Amino acid sequence: MIAILLQILSGLTHAMILFLIASGLSLIFGVTRTINFAHGSFYMLAAYLTLSLGSALPLGWLGVYAAMVVASAIVALLGGLVEVCFLRRVYRSPELYQLLLTFALVLVIGDAVKFFWGSEHRIGLRPPGLEGSVPLLGQLVPTYDLAVLTVGPAVALGLWCLLHRTRWGILLRAAASDREMVAALGVSQAPLFTGAFVVGSWLAGLAGALQVPRQPLTNVMDAAIIVEAFVVVVIGGMGNVFGAFLGAVLLGVLQSLGILWLPREFHLVLVFLLMAAVLILRPWGLLGRPAPPPAEAGGMEPTPGPFTPPRWAMAVGGLALLVAPLLIPTFAVWVLVEILAFALFAGSLQLLVGTGGMISFGHAAYFGLGAYGAALLLKHGGVAMPAAFLGGPVLAGLAALAFGYFCVRLRGIPFAMLTLACAQIAYAVVHQWYDVTGGDNGLLGIWPAPFLAPAARYYYLALTAGAGGLLLLQRITGSPFGLTLRAARDQALRCEAIGVDVRSHHLLAFLVAGAFAGLGGSVFAFLKGSVFPEYLSVSMSVESLVTILLGGIHRLAGAPVGALLFKVLDTVVTLHTEYWQAVLGLVLLLAVLAFPKGVMGFLGPRRRVRGGGRG
Amino acid sequence: MAEAPLLEVRDVWKAFGGVQAVAGVRFSVYPEDMLAVIGPNGAGKTTLFNLLTGNLACDRGRIAFRGERIDGIAPHRIWRLGVGRTFQVPAVFRSLSVRENVQAALLSGQGRSRNMAARASRLLVGPADALLAQVGLLEYADDDCGSLSLGDLKRMELALALAGTPSLLLLDEPTAGMSSEERGDLMTLVSRIVRERALTVLFTEHDMEVVFAAATRILVMHQGRVLVEGSPTAVREDPEVRRVYLGGLL
Repeated sequence: MIAILLQILSGLTHAMILFLIASGLSLIFGVTRTINFAHGSFYMLAAYLTLSLGSALPLGWLGVYAAMVVASAIVALLGGLVEVCFLRRVYRSPELYQLLLTFALVLVIGDAVKFFWGSEHRIGLRPPGLEGSVPLLGQLVPTYDLAVLTVGPAVALGLWCLLHRTRWGILLRAAASDREMVAALGVSQAPLFTGAFVVGSWLAGLAGALQVPRQPLTNVMDAAIIVEAFVVVVIGGMGNVFGAFLGAVLLGVLQSLGILWLPREFHLVLVFLLMAAVLILRPWGLLGRPAPPPAEAGGMEPTPGPFTPPRWAMAVGGLALLVAPLLIPTFAVWVLVEILAFALFAGSLQLLVGTGGMISFGHAAYFGLGAYGAALLLKHGGVAMPAAFLGGPVLAGLAALAFGYFCVRLRGIPFAMLTLACAQIAYAVVHQWYDVTGGDNGLLGIWPAPFLAPAARYYYLALTAGAGGLLLLQRITGSPFGLTLRAARDQALRCEAIGVDVRSHHLLAFLVAGAFAGLGGSVFAFLKGSVFPEYLSVSMSVESLVTILLGGIHRLAGAPVGALLFKVLDTVVTLHTEYWQAVLGLVLLLAVLAFPKGVMGFLGPRRRVRGGGRG
Repeated sequence: MAEAPLLEVRDVWKAFGGVQAVAGVRFSVYPEDMLAVIGPNGAGKTTLFNLLTGNLACDRGRIAFRGERIDGIAPHRIWRLGVGRTFQVPAVFRSLSVRENVQAALLSGQGRSRNMAARASRLLVGPADALLAQVGLLEYADDDCGSLSLGDLKRMELALALAGTPSLLLLDEPTAGMSSEERGDLMTLVSRIVRERALTVLFTEHDMEVVFAAATRILVMHQGRVLVEGSPTAVREDPEVRRVYLGGLL
């Protein structure tokens, strides 16, 4: 019993950190309707800054605490700067671009941390004066944990006063519930938005600074915390700071009890179950408010329809792909196989994002599960290679069905957050379930059957899967299913009012996209001869988004073009620097700010105008 | 009125927070009625409308269509029972062509929305064009829906509402935002189609000229309740209606 109580206490300590992060995320979202993926990066950055400043500041025992204050202030300023320099430019763009922009910052900050502080774990600082332990219920509890436990509620109280007792806070809350109304009152939005970013980022920074004495710093701490923060925000209610408190406490306690009772690989499953339960019972979160009744049906920015490349281009391209292995060196054939696998992966994402308007930030889960599905069937299932190859997409499809069942209950940004959280859960299971998946050692020896092993033969298998898969996707895009998917993207309410069950239509799209991504994963697994958890990682998901963004998000043809461009870029950059992610981030920034239509966006029919007929 | 009502609303309540938007509303719509729901802003018309279309669930009471309960049922199911609707702010598929809009609705009507193998562009072109001709949009069939004028968007709305061959049509302020000339044209079109297809209509409207010209029955709402229901003449004469609403308008 005492063990349980102490475990809960430690869970609550973690909950306070989570609350700080999540409340900042929620505040920023509430006011600006932007999900700041870089929130976790701010947290990580503040932690590293605290570490360096703490040992550098000549203030004796005060140094560590002064470092915490300074580090979180620096991060707060950085948050404001990001808002003014970047986000302000894309508030009016589709939400995908805001998400990608903040994700670009994740990549850049991640590599910056790697550059300045290295990749090794760094031991945190000791908190002077709070180093020891306090006996509690006959056990020893770290004094510092108790201090953190008091900081959380204190910050919550401070936030409450800020939001309810100051004019600025009241305006913030007003802006969160009705932006147009606040604008109509003659209040300028720009300083409010910047202010929300400064305060929100400060909260992330404070959380990061407070973590320094509690745990070693790693340069993956950003990804881990942002997913937990997403879960907290989804549970508590988007845009509700006190929902964040409740969500954090629930999650913290649940996790600490999970540690007691469940094997390690299932902790995140528990988290997922909590989130799933909340989403089914109250899709808008525990303290969130349901979306206002959909009386006005407005509409979204019109986006172009599907585009079929001209027949001659298809014929020339097809012929070139058919004869390629006869003309190019073997290593180039393997590169081409990789591009085909990625093109199919990206194409499946294009169906979701471009055609369906469903922004998935976790599509790599299905690519990776396809790869793992094939590998597991081959290794543990004793299945012949061709059957394992086809089994990959089946597993991926099943996973897409299971995760999608929850994801499609949400739309827009919350949907993106949930897809990311699901992908992280899949990643964690693969990463931690050593007995089956081999953990981070992966599974090795995933080779094609001997009759498919020569480069040219495997190439034709990959070509059949990749090009064939893309043609099928093209067909699906132009089918009644695809037409309805576009209709639901343009105007979901109207789509329901013509008798379409939009939610199950979206689930079907999720399933199809997952299965095709899984086929790409299968091709990739037998190409590499091994599978690793990284195939499911967030950066893989983002690479697929960058791919379709490069190629043109509204054209399926953008997927292979983007995959080719991406591979070339990857090859060139990794020759010159190990900071590939930073370069990727910069490309992403440039793509979002300067060329949102992508390469293929410049091709294809212009928008038809009234009376102009088909152009 | 011995025949069974097509739509029956029985003691329906809906509150938002502390605001009782719809409070114990009851009425029936009989086949081939053209019922106008009017009332000042905030009377609960839009809430009532959303309760009928399934976009809101009522707190209490029941709504039946052809004797079958439809309260708490999803919008797409209600549509399948034969209830077509239009939106106050035109809600069309803006990146689809005018024809594709109607094709999508017709395909849904035939239960073919999930077909992944056929080419949508070749399906139901004839029926789609026939429907477009009926609402006067055939010449724009190949245009992007996003490029239509407001008046044409309202026609597009009508075409989408008709695509499921409904027996009951719910029109949410069909002429809002249009010039008076356009209003006349649109209501003439609506009346003609309603007559040809023997449809029953429930519509909300602010323009009293349109209401008294088109409606066969009028229901006046005030503060979430039904103030009066009756023929246009009876409603026009009603002293209570004149006091709270029409006084300022007629």
